[in-house]
Amino acid sequence: MSINLEQVGRIARLAHIEISPTEAAQTNQLLNGILGLIEQLQSVDTTGIAPMAHAQDVAQRLREDGVTEKDQRESFQAVAPETEAGLYLVPRVIE
Amino acid sequence: MQRGTQWEVVIGLETHAQLRTSSKIFSGASTAFGAAPNVQACAVDLALPGVLPVLNKAAVECAIRFGLALGAEIAPRSVFARKNYFYPDLPKGYQISQFELPVVKGGTLTMLVASGKSGESAYEKTVHLTRAHLEEDAGKSLHEDFHGKTGIDLNRAGTPLLEIVTEPDMRSAAEAVAYAKALHALVRWIGICDGNMQEGSFRCDANVSVRRLGAPLGTRREIKNLNSFRFLQQAIDYEIKWQIETIEDGGSIHQATVLFDPATGATRAMRSKEDAQDYRYFPDPDLLPLEIAPAWISAVRANMPELPAEMRLRFERDYGLSAYDAVALTASRETAQYYEDCVAAAGKGSSKTCANWVMGDLSARLNKENLEIAAAPVSPGQLAGIVQRIADNTISNKIGKDVFDALWNGDGPDADAIIAAKGLKQITDSGAIEKLIDEVLAANPKSVEEFRAGKEKAFNALVGQAMKATKGKANPQQVNELLRKKLAG
Amino acid sequence: MILNPIQASLKELAQALGTKAISSVELTTLFLDRSERLNPTLNAFITLDRDKTLAMARAADVRLATGETGPLLGIPLAYKDIFCMEGWLTTCASKMLANFVSPYDAHVVEQFKKAGMVTLGKCNMDEFAMGSSTENSFYGPAKNPWDVRRVPGGSSGGSAVAIAARLAPAATGTDTGGSIRQPAALCGLTGIKPTYGVVSRYGMIAFASSLDQGGPMAKSAEDCALLLGAMAGFDPRDSTSLQRPAEDYRRSLEKPLDGLRIGLPKEFFCAGMSDDVRSAVDAALGEYRKLGARTIEVSLPNSGLSVPAYYVIAPAEASSNLSRFDGVRYGYRAPDYSDLADMYCKTRAQGFGAEVKRRILIGTYVLSHGYYDAYYLQAQKVRRLIANDFAEAFKHCDIIASPTTPNVAFEIGSKSSDPVQMYLSDIYTTSANLAGLPGLSIPCGFGAGNMPVGLQLIGNYFDEARMLNLAHRYQQATDWHLRMPEEL
Repeated sequence: MSINLEQVGRIARLAHIEISPTEAAQTNQLLNGILGLIEQLQSVDTTGIAPMAHAQDVAQRLREDGVTEKDQRESFQAVAPETEAGLYLVPRVIE
Repeated sequence: MQRGTQWEVVIGLETHAQLRTSSKIFSGASTAFGAAPNVQACAVDLALPGVLPVLNKAAVECAIRFGLALGAEIAPRSVFARKNYFYPDLPKGYQISQFELPVVKGGTLTMLVASGKSGESAYEKTVHLTRAHLEEDAGKSLHEDFHGKTGIDLNRAGTPLLEIVTEPDMRSAAEAVAYAKALHALVRWIGICDGNMQEGSFRCDANVSVRRLGAPLGTRREIKNLNSFRFLQQAIDYEIKWQIETIEDGGSIHQATVLFDPATGATRAMRSKEDAQDYRYFPDPDLLPLEIAPAWISAVRANMPELPAEMRLRFERDYGLSAYDAVALTASRETAQYYEDCVAAAGKGSSKTCANWVMGDLSARLNKENLEIAAAPVSPGQLAGIVQRIADNTISNKIGKDVFDALWNGDGPDADAIIAAKGLKQITDSGAIEKLIDEVLAANPKSVEEFRAGKEKAFNALVGQAMKATKGKANPQQVNELLRKKLAG
Repeated sequence: MILNPIQASLKELAQALGTKAISSVELTTLFLDRSERLNPTLNAFITLDRDKTLAMARAADVRLATGETGPLLGIPLAYKDIFCMEGWLTTCASKMLANFVSPYDAHVVEQFKKAGMVTLGKCNMDEFAMGSSTENSFYGPAKNPWDVRRVPGGSSGGSAVAIAARLAPAATGTDTGGSIRQPAALCGLTGIKPTYGVVSRYGMIAFASSLDQGGPMAKSAEDCALLLGAMAGFDPRDSTSLQRPAEDYRRSLEKPLDGLRIGLPKEFFCAGMSDDVRSAVDAALGEYRKLGARTIEVSLPNSGLSVPAYYVIAPAEASSNLSRFDGVRYGYRAPDYSDLADMYCKTRAQGFGAEVKRRILIGTYVLSHGYYDAYYLQAQKVRRLIANDFAEAFKHCDIIASPTTPNVAFEIGSKSSDPVQMYLSDIYTTSANLAGLPGLSIPCGFGAGNMPVGLQLIGNYFDEARMLNLAHRYQQATDWHLRMPEEL
């Protein structure tokens, strides 16, 4: 399976990464190389095999309910690109 | 297109109930409402590089309670998945939710729906649930103007939610509202959600479609984020009308996510959801499968309160109440508790009178003063005192209302004290009443004459005079009987 | 004893510190001086901060002066720049985080601080740990001290360079598909990736969450055993951190190897391995037989699929893990944009390097509607087959041995135009991550260009102590691990 330029554009939009037309062409070629590598997976019969999503076959450990975090807004917002009145600012959101 | 055909409305609801935990679903930050922006957004909520989620046990317990309350299946193994999309109020760029394997599957909720037509009584409706799953809430975008920018507050990010999804079982806005109200009552009943709709603790998305009777399902539009029952009603009504008109005008419905504007009463498509989304759900590699052992479910079951449906039947059976009264008295756990405390103090024989008082004067006064029943100034014991004095003819029903007002105003510790202090004790001595009637008859010859001429109204006037003379304290039944006897004599 | 600190073992350093033969400030200054002198050539460190480092050394000296002892107290340690460290720039070698001063410490950092280790600096790496050469760094490639024209391997390349050039006695690394073992092999070091869940991932910037695991890199297995003991441990902030009793990984270092069965996967010992690597590995296996172990052939039938499965699963998880880098709360934000969507797209286009973007795109693709089952789900099933192969193999052997890499270190720039060629250099290492098994690499000789060759040992779950035992016994019998590059 290989992908075309249009699909590269669609994936880049989903991933929110701007891609120029020249980059897209080059990326398309490289991605098809990688897809050629992972294509080998199709050759295996995995009927009846349960997918393995985790490296451990154990159940999730849960946390007791309780507030353990204190206000650290100042230190967290010290590294923020833009804040005002305790809020993170972004270009206008239109719903 | 032909007009005037019969349309069928098909509605399914997705409700987000905020779970009553003290910390967030995947972090130790507080969930308290109303804090200054971002002071309750910890490193995990902000998705700082390197942080990881750890699931709150109390949130899972809420889901178990919910499943047990609806007779649903609680999955022994469920999986958290990532729903990937970009939005400034979603710090990780994905929401942790459940997709293929939710924690609760199936279940039903039964409620009474007012028919809406005069002369027809309410009917029972059962709504089937598809699933309920745990997920995290997003933050808030504040659109007021920060130099043309939007402000992001992530205090709400990571608040635990139970998303409760129904089958498309509802056929009118009234049914949808009845379901939403019943669900709202239930989640509060079992203590998993505070139900505060203004604060967004309970909000509904409605999937609405219309079809000609017998036709296959129509295309649905999803109305997002309805945070009051009134808006739910209005939005669905508008949407139904709009869809029918659109089709009748030769148009077609396209799947869309819409917002309801309470100011205009209309719905409009959301701009940000225009693109077809591809959420790329996959199992969250940071979170192993959630396993719920039967022992945990049993432990939760042992601590479940009696559910409203069971209680309703018990009220009908044990207290001889009508189905209508039983529904009203089990509207909330607090109401039911108040009623039961009242009956316990007044005696089982007064169960119906107690019901009338709780649903009547008490509820009217609470409404008027905008109070919750738990904050009522008249305690169940005090109300029972009034009921007892009416039952033993110490006071009339009418005087009972005065005593109730007096207790509400804090004029005395109990009904007996107020009756004594205000001299409200009913006159039941027939000798005294007879004497009184003689005086009334003597003073009102005109009314006596009119009565004898066949005017029944005059009788009521005489009763009124007798009651007035005793400031309402005479036993009205005795006054009636003795007066008839005298006039006949 | 005349101590040569740059060649000394951690045990010897601790002894010298404990007897006040040297102070932590003196020791640290020595390594700092070397680092400052050689870093312009080697590019091992992204951040060196003499003031902060010496403050920690002074604090360690205070602890030592009070009579406190500890096997790591006062010893300098370099960190891969993927570990969040409060007050330190933590960049993951990305423009995206070039200005990110972490407000908190990773669990691993907390553990080493408790043990009294002194942070020497933050090491270069492939951006977000994506790469096998440390060429994908916003800060430029790190250079292999054995031959500065060659790569040190990756992604923990800066850590490997720092130790190999004796700029640091030890370092931390992370391993998602071989990122500790491969640079250890290419730089002539010892490095261990423990069983998944042994080291907390909290504060370790995620690449692929179900595969990532932190671990130590050092000159010897003995040093690694000591470091792993401090690094490992239950952390309630990581759901995948395992609750297990604390282990002393040195407990069986000296145990004889008699009768131990070393499994050699036939699929690894065929085509693809270069002759120089093969002869070094064969010699090492001969040494093991001399030490009393037996070598037997085992089979890992699906191992050929580990690279394809890895390059579906790791990018899929990464595409989602890296969505948080959006220019809203921290890190890089593009200077010019027209609206919100444009801000996201330009920030991510400018903030991420080419390889990171490629992996995000591949990951996005394999998870997208219509391709999920064929790629992602199929890869997860193949992952199970690979794990099952190991379970079967461990019925017949105690440990699995193979080369760590098919070739010695390649020249900088020689593979960067062909990502697939680069990916194939992970052929022996990715399967341990997919299965969650511990893997280790030790130096076992030199190959073409007099470059180091690594021997990989893969153990069963939680068998780190035995792996370190094997590595240590070999290092008692050989001196490959003590060789160091000529002074630069």
